[in-house]
Amino acid sequence: MVTTKDKTRRIVISPVTRVEGHGKVSILLDEENNVQQARLHIVEFRGFERFIQGRPYWEMPVAVQRLCGICPVSHHLCAAKAVDRLVGGEQLTPTAEKMRRLMHYGQIFQSHVLHFFHLCSPDLLFGFDADPKIRNVIGVAAKYPDLAKQGIFMRKYGQEVIRLTAGKKIHGTGAIPGGINKNLSIEERDELLADLDQMIAWSLGAVKIARDYTMDHIEIAKLFGSFESNHLSIVRGDGAMDLYDGGLRAIDRDGKKIFDQVDNQDYLSYIAEEVRDWSYMKFPFIKSIGPENGWYRVGPLARINTCDFIDTPEAESARKEFMAVTQGKPNHMTLAYHWARMIEVLHAIEKIAELLHDPDLQGTDLVVRGDRRDEGVGILEAPRGTLFHHYRINKDDQVTMCNLIVSTTSNNEPMNRAVQRVAQDHLSGKPEISEAMLNHVEVAIRAYDPCLSCATHAMGQMPLSVILVDANGEIIDEKTKQ
Amino acid sequence: MSQTYTIHIDGVAIQALPGQKLIEAADAAGIYIPRLCHKRGLEPFGACRLCTVLVNGRPGTACTTPVADGMVVENDIESLREFRKQIIEMLFVEGNHFCMFCEMSGNCELQAMAYRFGITAPRYPYIWPHREIDASHPDILIDRNRCILCGRCVRASRDIDGKHVYDFVGRGAHKQIAVNAAARLADTNADVTDEALNVCPVGALLKKRTAFQVPIGRRLYDLKPIGSEIESDGSTRID
Repeated sequence: MVTTKDKTRRIVISPVTRVEGHGKVSILLDEENNVQQARLHIVEFRGFERFIQGRPYWEMPVAVQRLCGICPVSHHLCAAKAVDRLVGGEQLTPTAEKMRRLMHYGQIFQSHVLHFFHLCSPDLLFGFDADPKIRNVIGVAAKYPDLAKQGIFMRKYGQEVIRLTAGKKIHGTGAIPGGINKNLSIEERDELLADLDQMIAWSLGAVKIARDYTMDHIEIAKLFGSFESNHLSIVRGDGAMDLYDGGLRAIDRDGKKIFDQVDNQDYLSYIAEEVRDWSYMKFPFIKSIGPENGWYRVGPLARINTCDFIDTPEAESARKEFMAVTQGKPNHMTLAYHWARMIEVLHAIEKIAELLHDPDLQGTDLVVRGDRRDEGVGILEAPRGTLFHHYRINKDDQVTMCNLIVSTTSNNEPMNRAVQRVAQDHLSGKPEISEAMLNHVEVAIRAYDPCLSCATHAMGQMPLSVILVDANGEIIDEKTKQ
Repeated sequence: MSQTYTIHIDGVAIQALPGQKLIEAADAAGIYIPRLCHKRGLEPFGACRLCTVLVNGRPGTACTTPVADGMVVENDIESLREFRKQIIEMLFVEGNHFCMFCEMSGNCELQAMAYRFGITAPRYPYIWPHREIDASHPDILIDRNRCILCGRCVRASRDIDGKHVYDFVGRGAHKQIAVNAAARLADTNADVTDEALNVCPVGALLKKRTAFQVPIGRRLYDLKPIGSEIESDGSTRID
C-alpha cells in the first residue's frame, strides 16, 4: 500500500466504460481503505447553450440534435416542440404529431435495445466480476449468438423507423417548426410492417429476460446501489405513460405526488439547477424541496413509478407485474432500471404497431402556423429521461437564450448516490481493490444508461484506467486495461 | 446558315457560336465544366476560378473566355481536377461552413461540388473567421459565415432586380458582402421575391422560415451529383 502525507489515496476510473460518452469516477480511500468520498465526474464541456445564440430559431431542431449520436431524435423532437411554440404551431396536425411519435418510439426502441443488449448484457449474463476478457459484447456474441443478433436486428428496426420519418438514421430533418416535412408512404409503411411481428416477439422475450434476471437476483437488486428518491416524468392528462407529450409529474419516495400536470411552459417555477465545482454537469432539483433533498430520478424506472398505467396491453401487464414487486409503491432499485427499460421497449413497439395501422400517417396536411411567440419550452421523455429545451428569440428570429436540461443531468445526483452506495458496500475496508470491485461501480452507473455523449462523442477504444493519486494530486500508480 | 466554330474539349469536337463563352458552348454540348460563381442568365464574373481550363495549353476561366474557331480545350484532366479540389477546400476553410445543420445542405452547390470531387476533409487549416449575421430584414437572412463571395446576388440584384442591394466591401481576406444601406438589410429595398435570393449557391442569402421543408432524399443533390443536369450527349457535339 502506498502511503501519502495525509494517508488517503484516490482511485480514479477514467473513462467509465460501456456508457455513452466520457465520464470518470473518483473514489477517495483512507488508510484502512474506507471510502471517504465517491463521485461521478462528467469531464466534458460542449457549450451548445452558448454557441447557438444568434442563430435563427428554425435551425434548432437540426443543430442541437448534434449534441448526441445515440439519442439525436430526442433533441430533434424536443427542440421542435419548443420551436412549435415560437411559430404558434403547437397544435400539430394528426399526420405531423403521429409521424413525430412514430419517430420517437423508433428512437426509444433502438436506444433501449442498444443499451440492454450491447452495453449492459455482459454484466448480467456473465456476472459483475466475470473475467473482463469475456465480459464484453464480443463475449456475448460468442456465447449467446442469438441474443446478440436480436439486439442488432431490433436496433436496426428502430433505426429504420427513424430513417423513414426523419429522412436518415442519424441526424435527420423530419420535424420542422409547426409540423413535419414528410408523411409515411404505403411502401414505407409496408417495409416496417414486414418485420413488426418479429420485433414484438423479441420485445416480449427481452422483458422476460430482464424480469427473470431481476427476480432471480432480487435480494441483490434490493441493495445494489439502491436508495430512496423522488421520481419525475411527464404523463398524459389521464395519468398514462406518454413519452412524447404531457404534463410534468413528480412523486416522492412513497409515491405521493409533489406536483402533477405542470404546464411545460412553467417548468422553471418547479425545477432549478445547482452548479458544483467538481463536475461540468449541473444538479437539477425540485424547487419546493430545495437542493439538499429535492433531487429526483428520471428515465425508465421513474416513468414506470410515476405513471398510473400504460395504454398498451402487453406493456401494461408487464408494468403491473413490475409494480407488484414493491406492492405498488415506487421501486427504488437501481438494477430495476433494466426491467423497466424493457417494458418501455415493449410499449414502444406496441405503439409503433398502433401507428403503422393508422391511415393518418399517409395524410398530407403536414404543417400548422399560428401567432408568433418570443419564448418556447419543449419537454419530452427521451430514452434516458425527461428532456427540457427552452428558447427565447428576438424580433429578428435569432435565439437569445437557450436552456437545456438533458436527462442524464437529472440523474446526476442519483448516479452519484449509486456510486457512493456501491463503493461503500463493495470497496470499503477491503484490503485490496480488484478490477471486479471497480466494475461494480460501473454497473451501477450503467443501470442509468447515462448519455454522456450529450456532452461528447467517444472515438475508438475506451480503455479503463485506474490511477492512484496522492492527496497532492501526484500520480503514484497506474494500471490500464485495454 | 450562321457561321459556327468547331472547338475540341478533351478530344470531343463540338460546335460553338461566335460570341459564346466557352462554358456556354460546353453546356450546350453536354460537357460539364465545374463552376460556382457562374450562373446562366447572369453576367460572367470570373471570381471563383473553378471553371479554369487549359485553352490551347494556357489556363483561362471558361466563363469569361470567348470561343474561337479551332480552340483546343483541356477540362477534365488530372492537373485541373487537383487544382479545382484545392479551390473548393480553400473555400471551406475560409468560411464557417457547418453542413450538418445548414438548411442548404443537400441543395448547396459548394457541398455538392465537394461531393463530386470526393473531398472528405480540407487539407488546409480552418481559419474560423468572425463573420456577422444580418437578420434585420423580416423575410431575409444574410449569414456571412457561408458566403463564398461569388457575387451572384450582386449581379442578380443589379441586373435582374434593378435594385443594387448587395455589393462587396473590403479587400483580400477582409472582403465581404455588404448591403446598400448604412448598416442593415432591413434599411434597403430588398424583398423576398427578389431574384437575388434564388441565385445564392450556398446558405448565405436565405428566405426566412423556409428551412428543411424538403425532406432528405428529395433535395437537389441527394440522388444525382452536381453537373449531371448538364452532362449528356449534347446536340452540338460533332460525331
